[in-house]
Amino acid sequence: MTGIAFPAPDPRILARKAEIVAALRRLVSDPEDVIDDPVELAPYETDAFTAYRRLPLAVVLPRSTAEASRVLAYLAREGVKVVPRGAGTSLAGGAIPLEDSVVIGVARMNRVLAIDPLNRTARVEAGITNLAITNAVAEHGFFYAPDPSSQLACTLAGNIAMNSGGAHCLKYGVTTNNLLGVTLVLVDGSVVELGGEALDAPGYDLVGLVCGSEGQLGIVTEAVVRILPQPEGARPVLLAFPSSEAAGACVAEIIAAGILPVAIEFMDNPAIRICEAFAKAGYPVEAAAMLIVEVEGSDREIDAELARITQIARRHGVTTIKESRSATETAQIWKGRKSAFGATGRIADYICMDGTIPTGRLPEVLRRMEEIVRGYGLRVANVFHAGDGNLHPLILYDVNDPEQAARAEAAGADILKLCVEVGGCLTGEHGVGIEKRDLMRHQFTDAELALQASVRRVFDPTEILNPGKVFPLDLRAAA
Amino acid sequence: MRLEPAGEAEACAQIRTLARERMPVRIEGGGTRQAIGRPIQTAATLSSHKLAGITLYEPAEMVVAARAGTPLAELDAALAAKGQMLPFEPPDYRALLGSAGEPTVGGVVAGNLSGPRRIAAGACRDALIGLRFVDGRGELMRTGGRVMKNVTGLDLAKLLCGSWGTLAFLVEATFKVLPRPEAELTLLFEGLPEDRAIALLCAAMGTPYPPSAAAHLPAGVGGTRPRTLLRLEGFAEAIGYRADRLAERLFEYGRCERLEGAASAALWRAIRDVEPLAEPRERAIWRLSLPPRRGAEAVARIRAERACEVLYDWSGGLVWLATEEEEDAGCGLVRSTAAALGGHAMLVRGSRELRLRIPPFHPPAERVRALEAQLQKTFDPLGLFDPGLRAAGI
Ligand SMILES: Cc1cc2nc3c(=O)[nH]c(=O)nc-3n(C[C@H](O)[C@H](O)[C@H](O)COP(=O)(O)OP(=O)(O)OC[C@H]3O[C@@H](n4cnc5c(N)ncnc54)[C@H](O)[C@@H]3O)c2cc1C
Repeated sequence: MTGIAFPAPDPRILARKAEIVAALRRLVSDPEDVIDDPVELAPYETDAFTAYRRLPLAVVLPRSTAEASRVLAYLAREGVKVVPRGAGTSLAGGAIPLEDSVVIGVARMNRVLAIDPLNRTARVEAGITNLAITNAVAEHGFFYAPDPSSQLACTLAGNIAMNSGGAHCLKYGVTTNNLLGVTLVLVDGSVVELGGEALDAPGYDLVGLVCGSEGQLGIVTEAVVRILPQPEGARPVLLAFPSSEAAGACVAEIIAAGILPVAIEFMDNPAIRICEAFAKAGYPVEAAAMLIVEVEGSDREIDAELARITQIARRHGVTTIKESRSATETAQIWKGRKSAFGATGRIADYICMDGTIPTGRLPEVLRRMEEIVRGYGLRVANVFHAGDGNLHPLILYDVNDPEQAARAEAAGADILKLCVEVGGCLTGEHGVGIEKRDLMRHQFTDAELALQASVRRVFDPTEILNPGKVFPLDLRAAA
Repeated sequence: MRLEPAGEAEACAQIRTLARERMPVRIEGGGTRQAIGRPIQTAATLSSHKLAGITLYEPAEMVVAARAGTPLAELDAALAAKGQMLPFEPPDYRALLGSAGEPTVGGVVAGNLSGPRRIAAGACRDALIGLRFVDGRGELMRTGGRVMKNVTGLDLAKLLCGSWGTLAFLVEATFKVLPRPEAELTLLFEGLPEDRAIALLCAAMGTPYPPSAAAHLPAGVGGTRPRTLLRLEGFAEAIGYRADRLAERLFEYGRCERLEGAASAALWRAIRDVEPLAEPRERAIWRLSLPPRRGAEAVARIRAERACEVLYDWSGGLVWLATEEEEDAGCGLVRSTAAALGGHAMLVRGSRELRLRIPPFHPPAERVRALEAQLQKTFDPLGLFDPGLRAAGI
């Protein structure tokens, strides 16, 4: 794919590579933490939005906030662009470098600094993986709630930058709702502590602003997150339906009945087939649509809630009800869903869209998405978080066929415009990155974008942090 | 001069006029919290009074939108009719502040005001998913939207929520809502000293049966004996079970009583609104936000040097502290104690003179103050909105 433009690299910076690398080596404790060899740089040339790639000038992997501060201050002073990086699992191209940029990766800052069960908080370095937080607090009976499917690999830093969600955010919210504080390195090298272990911070909610700012306000090196006590138990039920409409109506009625499951995941027939072929999860391959609804609490609470849910499902013509009776069955039910992206990747290349829609428009949007993609001569599979309307249509195509790739990109853009048209948004949890940058004008006016851009410039007046992302390249700065 | 725009276009036009004439305004919702912050004098007031009404309510999507001047009571009634509620239990500080008027949607958002359920269900800022506002150039802007998951662009709603009217004029807010619980039940432990009480609350919040609220009323605050309270909410049969488990786990803290229905609700309403500390009126009221387990420790340190009465909410993370106004109402002591323990303190009630003498809002660190001042310039380049309310000069 070549549709997305990158800012042209600055030849003067490219020419200074050796000097910049040497200077960086002097700023870190171990010279090995600066990578400049093209072969070793290769893993950093893209993220999970693999259609685009650019080899950066160098990669620095600081081991402390102080090192990150020295490195960032130096690069800013020299006018070198900086691309912050966690694990590089962004699906929006948020971590894709520029050729004249230096990547600052926080992967080596991955320690747990303090766990405070009484306060229900954990202080960690931002390069820790999402799952490692939950693993670290598990022995105290706690977990960290936001659980992106990439949780084994992705870092908290990336989660904070993208305000990532997960399957269980219907009940527990997304990253911003579980983040109490961050340590932020600003472009001038100053280090600010925003928020902390208290439930709110004085002044403007800068923690809330930093969360979801896609690496454009500063480098996050530490964070305080809310941890939650593990429930007594949790159990999913699998419900199959003869139509997407029926499944959508069932979701609406569950919510209207005052039941708040921890997760309601939706899969359409193509997704069911793909996942079943891969995971052998026992999914009903004939069903038009399927829901995984998970509730938690004591055994009795779970029984009672699942009874209410299945009763509602029966009113909507449910064809299969499969309640998990054991941990193995629970894992089995989730296995298919959690491997949806991987399974899809085995049968075709795909781009994963991430728009959100008002859930009431679900049947209509599913139908129109199918028409859009068919119109481009391609296929789509749908897996998504139904409770909150966050869609993940996977558009299948062949990456080796540039013409097909262009059609897939065009179909994706049409789908996101549709999401905005029905009252939703371009991205529910993956972020804008470069992928949706040029669609931003479909959701915002230029004045709104200019206001956001000037907020960004309060933190980074010369826009050296993650340039070329989020905002259309030709956006005119506000006065 | 009093401006009461009846629509967004009118609000924009009026603010453009204010900008042309360089005329700062005081922004007003229901007027119930005008005595919060530094006293300021402006020639004009900009009121959201006529910007009222619910603009969107989709119960099955758990989303509601209302214009800024909508009385909270009206919104609450509409949600109650469909068995739903705002998750963050917005407080009503009229008794505390001795003010009249109606709390509005815009006012609650501007103050990020959140009641007891905040400890379990998040603050106002967590439920707020979209905002429409007018900036200091008179431009209508939107941030967020009406869907629950939205990471498109910078999350300006967070910045505006809790900005106390100093960044923009809010015209409409969209929230995610929650099912109203079928039942509530409060476990009441009596006679615990404050440090034990906070330990109990924090222990309870860490069980698999987390309460929806956790508070402590020391002796003399709304009753003669100290009362430690945990509220459970949900389906009736589920909360009965959870109450049993909690009582077992908290056995070492002694026996507990159970309050249900109206008795429980009345108690939590009083805590939400800080009623037990409202009288006597002349006392200053501080709001300390702390790491919850530090609550009792902070109070003990302050009390060692200064007489005060307190009420703990949010499992100890929110301390309401009433003290005499003399000697700057203990400003230095209260603030340094809170800061030393990882928190901060805001003067919520105080005489005009006191609020002129000491900054009611907790002063931020120097670098953060610089960022805040620049953010203010970005939204409101001419400094039209509530100038000087948060701190002198900005
Ligand atoms: C298979 C798969 C499944 C996924 N499932 C989900 C899902 O369920 N939910 C979901 O929300 N997302 C999901 N994602 C997307 C992705 O995992 C998230 O966006 C994740 O938060 C990115 O984390 P990362 O550490 O990989 O960050 P990166 O990809 O390295 O970076 C992401 C962004 O964060 C910025 N950044 C990184 N570190 C810092 C820092 N220290 N300071 C400031 N900015 C920084 C980068 O510049 C970039 O803009 C999935 C991705 C994959 C590949």
